[in-house]
Amino acid sequence: MTATQETLKQTPLYSEHAALKARIVPFGGWEMPVQYEGILAEYEHTRKAVTLFDTCHMGEFLIHGDCRESGLDALVTMSIADMPAHTCRYGMLLNDHGGVIDDLVIFREGREEWFIVVNGATTVKDARHFRARLKQPQAFEDVSSAIGKIDVQGPLSRQIFADLTPGIEKLAYYTFDSFNLLGETVRVSRTGYTGELGYEIYSSSKTVTAIWRKLLQNPNIKPAGLGARDMLRLEVGYSLYGHEINETTTPLEAGLARFVDFTKDFIGKDALLKQQKEGGPRRKIAGFISETRRAPRQDNKIYAPTGEAIGVVTSGTFSPHCQRGIGLGFLPITMASTGQKIYFGDDNTRNLAIISSRTFYKNDSLKS
Amino acid sequence: MEVVDHYLYTKEHEWVSIEDNIATTGITDYAQEALGDITFVELPEVGGEVEQFEEFASIESVKAANDIFAPVSGKVIEVNTRLESDPGIINKSAFEKGWLAKVQMSDKEEASNLMTAEEYQKFLESIG
Repeated sequence: MTATQETLKQTPLYSEHAALKARIVPFGGWEMPVQYEGILAEYEHTRKAVTLFDTCHMGEFLIHGDCRESGLDALVTMSIADMPAHTCRYGMLLNDHGGVIDDLVIFREGREEWFIVVNGATTVKDARHFRARLKQPQAFEDVSSAIGKIDVQGPLSRQIFADLTPGIEKLAYYTFDSFNLLGETVRVSRTGYTGELGYEIYSSSKTVTAIWRKLLQNPNIKPAGLGARDMLRLEVGYSLYGHEINETTTPLEAGLARFVDFTKDFIGKDALLKQQKEGGPRRKIAGFISETRRAPRQDNKIYAPTGEAIGVVTSGTFSPHCQRGIGLGFLPITMASTGQKIYFGDDNTRNLAIISSRTFYKNDSLKS
Repeated sequence: MEVVDHYLYTKEHEWVSIEDNIATTGITDYAQEALGDITFVELPEVGGEVEQFEEFASIESVKAANDIFAPVSGKVIEVNTRLESDPGIINKSAFEKGWLAKVQMSDKEEASNLMTAEEYQKFLESIG
């Protein structure tokens, strides 16, 4: 079946978005809201107050069993055997060539209970990979369609939860627990994709609409779409699957080596060691800031000051925080040092930019 | 969608207001709505010559980059420099404060190549 013949899926919140007059676009096989009132307004509200994102399209898996005996530990790049209960950890799923099949967050519910959150567009191939490569495939369960997910992001989110369900405000960064919300036991994690203090709620797909409506009754809370989400994540330099990472990119090239535990064995490790042994990756993802408000666009070329094409833009946006265009892109490692001048554009336009840290925006309340 | 009665329009959703032989130009309310939040405007150079229906400015929004075409030919005599630091003015006031450039027209006959407000309104209805 080709992409054009494929029927787009709708999340349980689809009719809520339609009622809010959201602009709906196809995204990774789903019909998703790209904006409600406007991308910049939703961005501002996330940085200054609090917004809700429908993330029901994301996939969730359960694994029951010891992380080594089940084979889970060898499927993911990060160390998980040492995770305390009720903590979350970010990492990747690699193929045998060291390419990234997906990035994911693992939740440790108990000694032998694991909850895994993956990208929406990759859920099916991820599940196939788990079933094929786990030592105990019967330990694996895809619960994506039974779970509804809402991200609550922004500096006011802690107070909103404290008023709604006492206890949630005590969650530390990258931890989670179960709470009673509107009569249902839900998982809430102190995680997100915006660089702000925030939470993600995992409920039943049947009750997610009631939670969404209840939260939106609070006048401080507004819905935000994928447009704002992309701007927010890019300002903090987070990778987006299919842009900075894909099956032909290794974590070393993507600048994600700190989420790889080389003291354990995992699928793709040999390929990464080989890449390191051969002098390290030739290219890497670098951040850059445009000299003007003009934004780099995905697939723009990157040029050296000499005019030679040296790389490609993987993500770009206008950054309200910097009041400049910002981007991430692949560059030869020798030409990717901070402060270096590059140009982005196409055959007709060249725009000056300076290589910088990929953390364009930082709010200390994220982890405090 | 708002349309101003005494302005003239292009199929690319630019507007022009002609007084004597000075044409003030901009993009329409329909255009700003379709573009979404505008984040960058590249204006033509003052003193430069522009040709009717040729590219003379570019506007970027949170969604895309778009070329803007000159509704008339002539010499650019003034540009709206406020847009350089605050391009969102176009979203708020596409027909007034968000004007792009003033052009001294080289051929007043060119106005006949443009749509009246009534014709533009019908054109908008035809494209849904």
